[in-house]
Amino acid sequence: MNTNAAHTAVVVDAALSESTRAMKSAGRRMFNWVAGLSILLALWWFGAYLIEINPSTRHFADFGPVPTFQAFPVLWADGTIQSAVSASGYRLGVGLLIAIAVGIPIGILMGRSRTFRELSNSPFQLLRMISPLSWEPIAVIVFLSWNHAIIFLIAIASIWPVAFSTAAGLAKVDPAWFKVSRNLGAKPWHTLTQIILPAIAFDILTGIRAALGVAWIVLVPAEFLGVTSGLGYSIEDARETLSYNHLTAMVLVIGVIGYMLDSTCALAIKRFSWHRGAV
Amino acid sequence: MAARGVNIRIENLSHRYSSKSPVTFDRVNIAAEPGESLVIIGRSGCGKSTLLHIVAGLLPPTNGTLLLDNVQVRAPSSRWVMMFQAPHLFPWMTVTRNVGIGLHFAGWPKKEMQERVAEAIRLVNLEDYANSNVQDLSGGQQQRVALARSLVMEPELLLLDEPFSALDAFTRTALQRDVRSIAKQLGINLMMVTHDIDEAVLMADRALVMAGSPGRIVHDLPVDLDDPREREDPLVQSTRAHLMQIFQDAAKPSPIRRNAAEATTRLVGIT
Ligand SMILES: Nc1ncnc2c1ncn2[C@@H]1O[C@H](COP(=O)(O)OP(=O)(O)O)[C@@H](O)[C@H]1O
Ligand SMILES: [Mg+2]
Repeated sequence: MNTNAAHTAVVVDAALSESTRAMKSAGRRMFNWVAGLSILLALWWFGAYLIEINPSTRHFADFGPVPTFQAFPVLWADGTIQSAVSASGYRLGVGLLIAIAVGIPIGILMGRSRTFRELSNSPFQLLRMISPLSWEPIAVIVFLSWNHAIIFLIAIASIWPVAFSTAAGLAKVDPAWFKVSRNLGAKPWHTLTQIILPAIAFDILTGIRAALGVAWIVLVPAEFLGVTSGLGYSIEDARETLSYNHLTAMVLVIGVIGYMLDSTCALAIKRFSWHRGAV
Repeated sequence: MAARGVNIRIENLSHRYSSKSPVTFDRVNIAAEPGESLVIIGRSGCGKSTLLHIVAGLLPPTNGTLLLDNVQVRAPSSRWVMMFQAPHLFPWMTVTRNVGIGLHFAGWPKKEMQERVAEAIRLVNLEDYANSNVQDLSGGQQQRVALARSLVMEPELLLLDEPFSALDAFTRTALQRDVRSIAKQLGINLMMVTHDIDEAVLMADRALVMAGSPGRIVHDLPVDLDDPREREDPLVQSTRAHLMQIFQDAAKPSPIRRNAAEATTRLVGIT
């Protein structure tokens, strides 16, 4: 018996079982993902069934899954979904961009300057604890259009997670990295782009993910008033016209898009994280 | 890599961290010719790291003169580069990117940068790891990357602050030999800090003993030994014993012993 061959066989075996195990765990995750969503769907269907068999609630039966899924082709064909998504997406995107553009520098200042950190701590904590929607009456007075007011609400809601997460990331940065880069001739621009930003990319993206969650939650109620476009408006509109299946369809759209945006953030975090064993 | 050494002239250099803190070291005098390897030994806390940071331009001195090739050091430069006790690599960069980052800061064109980085990586025997994640390397390999990152700048003076103290004995011995031979090959100056007397004997052209609080350079022992130096070599052993004696005398200074030691060694600053 050739020990070398035996050894090779063992190694190949080990590699095989390794890949089989990886495939099994991927398969298990996929199955649970589908099963979880199926359970949600079943609960929804069962709830709708209870509503339907009760004569006093029967006229709400359109909340059920079957009428809802029947509404999608209609809402897509008349462009309701597309225009609502693009109007809301624009507000969300601009609001988030403002939050990122302002939040990251604020976070870096908080992380790098003790004076700024101590000076800003209590005002920022106070501002952070104001429910974003409570700014709405003020925003409507300050900004001439509702559109701008909503963008402001999204920005003010999402700036804090970005800023605080950036600052927390910076606090964990090894000070020796600054010494090493200075030693190797880094100019401030290099320190920012080559050291600080990559070092805390994970924290910034985690902050943006949290900000996106808050912004998405603020967006819909903010659109209930004043505007005539967007996901929030389309729900409100469906309620007023008693088209309950349209209402649930738009709620579903909100959930699916939010889920996709969050998953994209999670992927970006994985991609830009250099921490071993993180995520 | 074409490089050459630098003329070092340190005169009455003193330092304190702030007006409230004690004097870190006082009136330090060191002179060295291009290509010389100086090793500074001393107990921890006597100001060796501080001295090296000042020479690297990372800290300003409080008093005194620091001239490298007759130019006052005011800031870090690619001509004098420091290597630290820990590798402090950037974990989001590959080995190649880590080694090339200083050249990137200096605005080197990509192609020339790649060539020089590859050469530096060869010099420290890490060709097989050029595209590895630095987090996958061993401590010794990481310190080699840090060495390549310093060497790639083609410094005339390489400052080393206890660079091997965190490594296992085997890796340490290999790196001690490699760094000395690379420095000799390139003709550059070394200025290294250690508290390991063996390391001083294996790597120094001159061993400077720093002692006291505030710290001062109390002795300057020429180490005239052939390369490569082996720990077991009787000449290395006797130099080691001599240096150890000086080191212990410096720790508990009695005037008589100190004068005796001065007779056999040369006081710094009179070079
Ligand atoms: N950043 C600092 N601020 C104030 N004191 C310091 C600082 N760094 C070091 N020291 C003090 O200066 C002295 C010399 O430190 P150091 O140069 O690190 O000594 P060594 O490298 O010889 O061990 C020590 O007493 C240390 O506590
Ligand atoms: Mg030290």
